[in-house]
Formats: sequence, structure tokens, C-alpha cells
Amino acid sequence: MFDFVSFIPRAVGQSIPLLLGSTGETLTEKSGNLNLGIPGIMYVGAISGVIGAFFYEQSLPSPDSINPVLGILIPLCCSLLGSFLMGLLYCFLTVTLRANQNVTGLALTTFGVGFGNFFGGSLIKLTGSSVPSIALSATSKCFRMKLPFAGSTGVVGKLLFSYGFLAYLAIVIALVSAHVLKRTRIGLHLRAVGENPATADAAGINVARYKYFATCIGSMIAGLGGLYYIMDYASGVWSNDAFGDRGWLAIALVIFTIWRPNVGILASILFGGLYILYLYIPTGTDMAIKEIYKMLPYLVTILVLILISLRKKRENQPPASLGLSYFREER
Amino acid sequence: MNKTKHGPLAHIVKRPAMSWYQAMAIRAAAILLAALVCAVITVVLTSQNPLAIFKTIFEGSFGSQRRFWVMMQNLAMLLCVALAMAPAFRMRFWNIGGEGQIMIGVLATAACMITLSGKIPNALLIVIEIVSAILAGAVWGAIPAFFKAKWDTNETLFTLMMNYVATQLVAYFIIIWESPKGSGKVGIINQKSQAGWLPQVGSQKYLLSVLVVAVLTVIMYIYMRYTKHGYELTVVGESERTARYVGIKVSRVILRTMMLSGAVCGLCGLLMVAGTDHTITTTLSGGRGFTAVMVAWMAKFNPIGMIFTSFLLVFLQKGAGEIATNFGLNQSFSDILSSIIIFFLIGCEFFIQYKIVFRKEEK
Repeated sequence: MFDFVSFIPRAVGQSIPLLLGSTGETLTEKSGNLNLGIPGIMYVGAISGVIGAFFYEQSLPSPDSINPVLGILIPLCCSLLGSFLMGLLYCFLTVTLRANQNVTGLALTTFGVGFGNFFGGSLIKLTGSSVPSIALSATSKCFRMKLPFAGSTGVVGKLLFSYGFLAYLAIVIALVSAHVLKRTRIGLHLRAVGENPATADAAGINVARYKYFATCIGSMIAGLGGLYYIMDYASGVWSNDAFGDRGWLAIALVIFTIWRPNVGILASILFGGLYILYLYIPTGTDMAIKEIYKMLPYLVTILVLILISLRKKRENQPPASLGLSYFREER
Repeated sequence: MNKTKHGPLAHIVKRPAMSWYQAMAIRAAAILLAALVCAVITVVLTSQNPLAIFKTIFEGSFGSQRRFWVMMQNLAMLLCVALAMAPAFRMRFWNIGGEGQIMIGVLATAACMITLSGKIPNALLIVIEIVSAILAGAVWGAIPAFFKAKWDTNETLFTLMMNYVATQLVAYFIIIWESPKGSGKVGIINQKSQAGWLPQVGSQKYLLSVLVVAVLTVIMYIYMRYTKHGYELTVVGESERTARYVGIKVSRVILRTMMLSGAVCGLCGLLMVAGTDHTITTTLSGGRGFTAVMVAWMAKFNPIGMIFTSFLLVFLQKGAGEIATNFGLNQSFSDILSSIIIFFLIGCEFFIQYKIVFRKEEK
């Protein structure tokens, strides 16, 4: 019998970083910026939070004396700042200096992953502290605080209320982003910038400002995905490369949801489920098959990509100017 | 005071083409600036004398004969992938699937070595290996190209996804072929018989791949610069409509160029498995598919220029690795330094292409 009660919460745990990453990337892509630096940004978001929490925990006399408000706010602000700076760098290079977006994004990913692994691996040596490894259990406890009635409501509680606050925040962010994109003037302008910046410019929309704002906010949201992974899913224990290819999976999710953050909520759970499905399917001794399961999200994404280009339905297409820098005087 | 409304303080205009030495001077200045930033970071992190650090960086690549050859091998592999990227990028086909195309070449080579060893003569095995690696890479490159040519499917995202399909395929076969059982990895393939290993040229195990890539660089230079194919793909890159108007079959050019691109990546996989590493892991390509994009782009897709840019990155990687080892830091230090250089090089292109015109005071 398939064990849904333990499967769903784990799938959700896997899905939240993907959801945050893909919501951030959707906002970015809607402004016409194909930010392939998302994997790097998520790493930076994670490690910035870790650095903040690390210094805070080191300054405490004992881990138990942690102030829950500070314990959450410090890593949160550090993480947001780190990923904001990454987004700013991307914008400066691609919008102001009109560099190629693919190349900039890939460089940003190299930088971010390197930055994360470097500080994750060298933080203890650089600060000269005496702890054997980065294990921020006290901070993680703050992030994993559950609703008080989660334990007493049985299966429903386990399925719906057993997550840390960032998980709910992720869903709220996705819903708000979907609403802003679809139903507000700002969203309309943003989409116009992504579809045809020249027309948007002619209509009096400040193209550069929209691109900057969308990309930086998108980066910050994606960075939260990294923070969730490290503080909640991994219980505050940093290990290099543990975050893996989730950043790319988040970009895949953007296509899979056809650029709709609200669809992303369920789609991310599907992707997260596929990621851990092999644990729940009795394959006996066949360990190899689990690698095939891990391939599924990418295969499905390719399929979606082909289908939307086949059907040519206008509302399902990628933003028309995706990946192109805008230069007003170029005709 | 009847002030008229001013235009913006500064605006940006495109420059007329800059002479090559001016462009080079700007790039050199960017590299110098980046080196300065890197030096500051390194000094802050290690609190060492900067001169000692530069010596360490130099020693990373040239410290001993072995290091020199390892550097040459890394340079050859990176350049090989960059050569593969160049024609596709010149065609404005954003192939960021180099990683997957390498891995599929790796997989094809390893499959031949494992399943056919001892059953056929060694020479024949090597030939089959070469053909299958190149073919596998070409097919892997052709899949996204086919959809791009036929239905204009977004190639950046498609090739990106293909990377992970390839990596997972490799992971799957590693578990199937694992030896010893349960170790989760494939050891050295055919260690005793050396079946399917590419022959060693001279006394250096890395010399063969360096030579192959050197020849490839020249061929690619000629292909892109002096052949009809090279001309066609440049036209398609500049303007697809023009290409169609002058009678170039755009879809055929896309398909052909991507097959070439994938085939060269497959060759790179072959050189890695059959030439030097003799094993298969999921991390064998080591991010070269992505780094090569930057290498090719920074050299403006000129194969000769790519020798320099890939040397720059490999040299820095080895040097930073040496610093990291000496001071007990994490090896990812090299990624940080090389991406800083890349950021500066990407940014400086702006000053080559555009200039900033400030508002003139009204008389």
C-alpha cells in the first residue's frame, strides 16, 4: 500500500525550494530576463542565511538562549540581502551594460555555487571557531516551529499543518505573484516589458526599472528557497553540493507551469514527489531505476516545452523578448 | 529664469567599429581590474603577501612537469567543448547543453568499452568507440535542433533540460555496471587488458588529447572562416530572414551545425573516458559544458581567441586551487575568482560597443 501520509509531507518539503525558485524565476522571465543564475542565487541565499545564523549562534552563550525573533530575522535578512545583490549584479550586467543574458547567468551560477561551497567549506577555518561542522540546530528549530495544533489534529494536521512558516510563505508568495502578474496594472506593464520592450517603452513604461525590480525581487524570492532548504529541510546542517540540481529543476518548473506561479504550487509538489518517489516504490534491489525516476521531471518539462511550441497558443508562449537585451536606439 | 526642459544627463550611443587594438586594450584593462579585485579578496582571506600569492598561482600551473601536463589536459578539454559551442553560438543557437552532449559521449564510449571488450579485436573496438561517441553526441545535439528548426522550440531551455536527462542516464548505467557490486561506482574500466584505451602518444598520457584538440582548433577555424558551411551559419545567426531570402535552407543549417556541435562534445567525452580517465562518473564533464559557453563567448567565437580565454580560466583555476590547498581553504575558491574575471570581461564589452554621451551645456 502506498503510504500517502508520510509521502505527501516529504514531497512538500522537497517542493518548497522548487516553488520559491520557480516563482522568482517566473517574475524575472516575465520581464524578459532569462536568469540562468537562479541555481547560484539559491546557493547564495542559503549560505548568506547560514553565515548570518552562524555568527548569531556563535555570539550566544549557549544555543538554548536563542531569541526566536532574532533567530529568524537575522538569517532571513542576510539571505534576502545576499540574493538581492546577486540579482542586482545580473541586472547591472544585462540591463545597464547589455551583456548576453545566457553568459551572465551561467557566470552567476558558477559564482554562486562557488561562493556557497567556499564559505560552507571554509567558514569555520576563516572565523577560527572551534565547532567541528556547521550545524545550526538552534536556528533551524526556530525555522521549523510548527503551528501549536499540528500535532493534535491527526492525519489532516500532518498533511496540512506540519511545515515551517517558510512553506506557507512560499505558497502566499506564489499566489500573490500570480495575482500581481495577471490582475494588476504593474503586472500588465511587466508583461508588456517582457513581450515587447520597444512598445512598452513607447507607451511610457520605464523598461529598465521594471526589469531591475522584477529581477531583484525574483532573486530574493529564489534565495528564500535556498534558505528554506538549509534551515528547514536540512535542519541547519550545511554540506557542500547538497542542494544539488534543484536550481535547474526550478527553472524547469517555470516552463512546466507555463509561466504561472499559482500552477506552480501543485506542480512543485509533483516535481518534489518525483524527486523522492523512488523511496516509496518497491523496486526491490533495483537501485538503478531510481535514477530513471529522477529523470522524469526533466523529461516531462521537455515534453511541455515541445507541446507549447507545437500548439502555438499565444497565452502559453514564453515571453517574446526572453533572453534579449533591450537597447532603445537599436532598430 | 526660463529654463527649458533638459534631456537626460547622459545617453548611450553605439560606437562605430573599434580598431582591434583599442578593443584589446579595453579587455586587458578589464582583466587587470579583475585581477586586482581577485588579489584583494585573496589577500583579505589569507592575509599573505600579494607577491607570494601570485607566485603560488603561477606554481599551480607551472610548478612541476606533472602540473604543467594536467593544466594542458584541462585546457585541451575546455577548449574542445568551447570549439563545439562556437559554431552553434555564432548561429545564435544558445546551446547550453554541452554538459549533456559530453556525458552522452562519455556514456557511449564506456558502453563500448564495457560490453565489447574481449569480444572483438582492440583496433576495431577503438574505431567503434570513436564512431559511437561522436554519433551519440551528434544525435543528442540534433534533438533540440530538430524541434527548433521545425517548431521554433526554445533551445536554451531544451538543451538545458537535456543535460540532466543525460546525467541521469549515466547515473543509471553506473549502477548497472558498478564494480565491485554495491560500491556505487565504476572503477577503472578494463584495467588489465586495457581494451578500448586510446594509445598513448610518446611518454605523456595527456599528449594525445592535446594534439587532437590542437588539430581540431585549426579545423574549426578554417570551417567557420573559410567554408560555405561556416558562411551559411554566420548568415543564419545575423539574420534568419536574410538567410531565407538568399536561399539558405535555415532548418538544414541549424540541424547540421548542432550535429557538429554535439559531435565535438561527444569527441570530448571519448577523449576523457578512453584517453585519460578510463572510468565513468556523473561528474566527469565537471561543468565544462557551462564554462565553455563563457570561454567561447569571451573570445567572440574565434577559435584562436578561445585558446587564450580557456588558458586564462584554467590557469586561474589551477592557481586558485593551489592557494586553497596551501591555506586549507575550500577548492571552490577557484570558481569565485574565475567568475569575477568573467564578470569583468562580460561587462567591458559594453565599453567596446557603446559610448556614453553626456548632455552638452546649452549656449
